[in-house]
Amino acid sequence: MTDAPLSLVDVHFAWPGKGGFALSCPAFVLAPGERVLLLGSSGSGKSTLLSLICGIATPQRGQVLIAGTDMGALRAGARDRFRAARIGVIFQQFNLLPYASVADNILLPLRFAPERRARAADAIAEARRLCMAIGLPDNLLYMPAGRLSVGQQQRVAVVRALIGAPPLIVADEPTSALDAATQDAFLQLLFDQVADAGSSLLMVSHDERLGAHFDRVVRLDEIVTTKRVPA
Amino acid sequence: MILRLATGSLLARSLTVGMTILSIALSVALFLGIEKVRTGARASFADTISGTDLIVGARSGSVQLLLYSVFRIGNATNNVTWQSYQDIAARSEVDWIVPISLGDSHRQFRVMGTLNAFFERYKYRGDRALTFAQGHGLNDLYDAVIGADVAQALGYAVGDPIVVSHGLASFTQHDDQPFRVAGIVTKTGTPVDRTVIISLEAIEAIHVDWQGGALAGGQTTPVDAIRQMDLTPTAITAAMVGVSSRLDIFGLQRWINEYPQEPLLAVLPGVALQELWQIVGVAETALVAVSGMVVVTALLGMMAMIFSSLNERRREMAIWRAMGASPATILGLMVLEAALMAAIGAALGFALLYAGLWIAQPMVDAAFGLWLPIDEPSGREFAVLAAVVLAAAVASLVPALRAYRLSLADGMIVRI
Repeated sequence: MTDAPLSLVDVHFAWPGKGGFALSCPAFVLAPGERVLLLGSSGSGKSTLLSLICGIATPQRGQVLIAGTDMGALRAGARDRFRAARIGVIFQQFNLLPYASVADNILLPLRFAPERRARAADAIAEARRLCMAIGLPDNLLYMPAGRLSVGQQQRVAVVRALIGAPPLIVADEPTSALDAATQDAFLQLLFDQVADAGSSLLMVSHDERLGAHFDRVVRLDEIVTTKRVPA
Repeated sequence: MILRLATGSLLARSLTVGMTILSIALSVALFLGIEKVRTGARASFADTISGTDLIVGARSGSVQLLLYSVFRIGNATNNVTWQSYQDIAARSEVDWIVPISLGDSHRQFRVMGTLNAFFERYKYRGDRALTFAQGHGLNDLYDAVIGADVAQALGYAVGDPIVVSHGLASFTQHDDQPFRVAGIVTKTGTPVDRTVIISLEAIEAIHVDWQGGALAGGQTTPVDAIRQMDLTPTAITAAMVGVSSRLDIFGLQRWINEYPQEPLLAVLPGVALQELWQIVGVAETALVAVSGMVVVTALLGMMAMIFSSLNERRREMAIWRAMGASPATILGLMVLEAALMAAIGAALGFALLYAGLWIAQPMVDAAFGLWLPIDEPSGREFAVLAAVVLAAAVASLVPALRAYRLSLADGMIVRI
């Protein structure tokens, strides 16, 4: 049996300091190739959960398993490399280093993840292929990322998350900066490419209308309990 | 790629980064410039007199002898008798000897009595000889040769009359025996520029009627009578000596210092100049310290600039983190950026300095007689540049550590 790309086991975490935010998640599993929409309004612990999944924060108790590896058991440096190798991240907006070229932005995660670099073989050709597939003109590749439109930037972010085919793609409201018409087209492109790479997709959003596109819709409050530590 | 991204990040903030680089460049140029002026001044100073092996005067201190004989500062404590001078001149080691006689003045400038040989023997800045911008040497008893500063300050040209004053800052004029400007020496950057040179006989001539520092009797001897007199001096102030073989310098020096008939002192000009420079040298240390502070200030400015940019760059750091960069990478990135800025600044400052030197060299030489050599950058200069880059990297550690902590705390999520 292959390990699930992501599974959370009895996770408990509290931000340090008073007035902090505590979160616990007894169990959550993402199957290989699965596309899951995690619904939650702001303040529901979305950001904290994403930090835990990406290994930026480590739980005080329990395990965050990425493809069977416990993130919390890794040392900080190894955890950063592990994240680069296994997880492609797409933010809400401002995904790119505005001063760097599109190509450099796309290739940046490969710099920290030799496995992904090896999988991408000819990295720049792979970047070009993905750009074509997602509808980005070829000549954008060497433009500073800051000159692109928001929609184009989000697509570059998708290419960057997908290059080298990491097993897990985490997207944090990637469509919120786009208008409704572009949203659907963007999601379709995202799904096609995720399926093509054989990755699993975990997307966090507050927008219930997106649910129809996904294999599974999970409400954040179904899997997570939060509490605010009084100051 | 990291280097390219760091450069891109700097270019994206070109205005603030540019200002920071400029301030580093200026401070580096200033520091190295001061360094150049300092070594130039030291060299110019040491080059005030060359080609002379020994300076002989009445016994006092070596610095004092140097000051009055070469720099015309202060006064001789005593004279050297003509007999002693001739005894020294008769030594076999002596290749040449030029007597000088001081004590009188013209306006604010010292008058020096010597021989025409002075113009051949006095060398400065390596092996440069004195040349005449106008006119010629001392041909007549009442000929005077003036330095470039004298000519400029008093507006003298060849042929103009000069009246020598008795003593220094004196109201008594030797106006019965006026001199004539025979030549003007080309600017040298040495005390010769501020000297009125007349012949040794002329010094005797103007003092014919003087006894014990005052005019004796009411009658002055007519010039025609003076021209007939024997004007061999009875004493001189000092003498410049050149030896035939440099091996003899110390033997001759000892012989002069042990001369039994009169207490004399012979010094090696180079050694005395070194001694004097040690006294003057305190100022140069202060200069270096001040320009060093300017470099430190520029680096502090850079540190402040990095600090203030941290907040707006938190988003950027979050992206780096999400891509798998460790906080250590982010720290390294900040230090790399600082080192880049400092390196560019240092290189620019270096270029600025040499461009400035190239332009200013002839002007500084003409105005101050200070020769700033443009030669290959020394290892010391490269060491300074390397130190600036290193210091910048170290200074940037402070904001970089803050970035490190911020990126640890923020992770990939920045609440904007």
